[in-house]
Amino acid sequence: MSALWTATLITSFICFLLKILGYSLPESVLNRPVIQRINSLIPIALLSALVAVQTFGAEKSVVIDHRLVGVLVAAIALRFGANFPIMMFLAAIASAMTYNF
Amino acid sequence: MAVPWEFLRQNVCVSLEEGSFNKRAVLRDSLAVAIPVGTYGAAFGAASIAAGFSVLQTCLLSLLLFSGASQFAVVGVMGAGGSALSAIATGSLLGLRNGLYGMRMSPLLKLRGFKKIIGAQLTIDESTGVAIGQEVRGAQASRYGFWATGIGVYVFWNLFTLLGALGAQSIGDPSAWGLDAAVPAAFLGLVWPRLVDKKTKLVALSAIALALILIPIAPAGVPIIATVVIAIIFGWKKS
Repeated sequence: MSALWTATLITSFICFLLKILGYSLPESVLNRPVIQRINSLIPIALLSALVAVQTFGAEKSVVIDHRLVGVLVAAIALRFGANFPIMMFLAAIASAMTYNF
Repeated sequence: MAVPWEFLRQNVCVSLEEGSFNKRAVLRDSLAVAIPVGTYGAAFGAASIAAGFSVLQTCLLSLLLFSGASQFAVVGVMGAGGSALSAIATGSLLGLRNGLYGMRMSPLLKLRGFKKIIGAQLTIDESTGVAIGQEVRGAQASRYGFWATGIGVYVFWNLFTLLGALGAQSIGDPSAWGLDAAVPAAFLGLVWPRLVDKKTKLVALSAIALALILIPIAPAGVPIIATVVIAIIFGWKKS
């Protein structure tokens, strides 16, 4: 099996196991208040980190480029209550304009 | 008055009252996430072909792995000449959060058997994000949002992966279309409604800071997964 096939299939398999594991842990573990508090904060931490990495990350360096313009426009749109597609559309336009000009 | 944090906590054990909810509004929110996120599958398809994967391998990554960040990590590492092992490690590390999302979704969805397999496969940032976002509309709306977003992203993501793979040359540079900014914007839109009080905002800012510090020094994937520590630290104390 080539390295590309190995990477494709093994990562897919492990990631599915991780997904199903989340549903398979006993509920008593999950119902503890401390677990619930942490679990509520986990998506906030990970999604925020994803915003940071996908806005500023370029390989192993932190850069400021056209993407930041798009994300800032998205933040302003969200601040003024724009819905999701409008917000993403504005972000893409702002970023593309900065990139192309 | 109950503090917003209390309200957030209550959302975890969502009430099971089967009240009516605005199905159209939830569906609109779900598709508003699913369609733009799904179209980014074209960028993945193109990136995967550029990294040397075949069209079949590219489509299998979207069908079987179905987790954007993990998929990009796998083709990114292999494309940069990394070993299969480092691609697997990075992709799996990024996939770890889907397991955590599953823990979060489990009490809400209560899945069994075949539905559990399908539901687990659809448990990603977007489906979990929309489900949590709809909790204010009730448990039923939340469940509906999960499935609508999960299935929607799955369909569009796979469709556009194939299109992107086939048209890898013609799609050109995703940056020229603003696609590379649309993705962090999507994540921002998903986290935004969660930032209801000082604590949640502090978690978000700390996570951003930690991720930025780790980008230059840690392997890809670590800057994201490491921020779980911040959730644990802030969640440990009651207040």
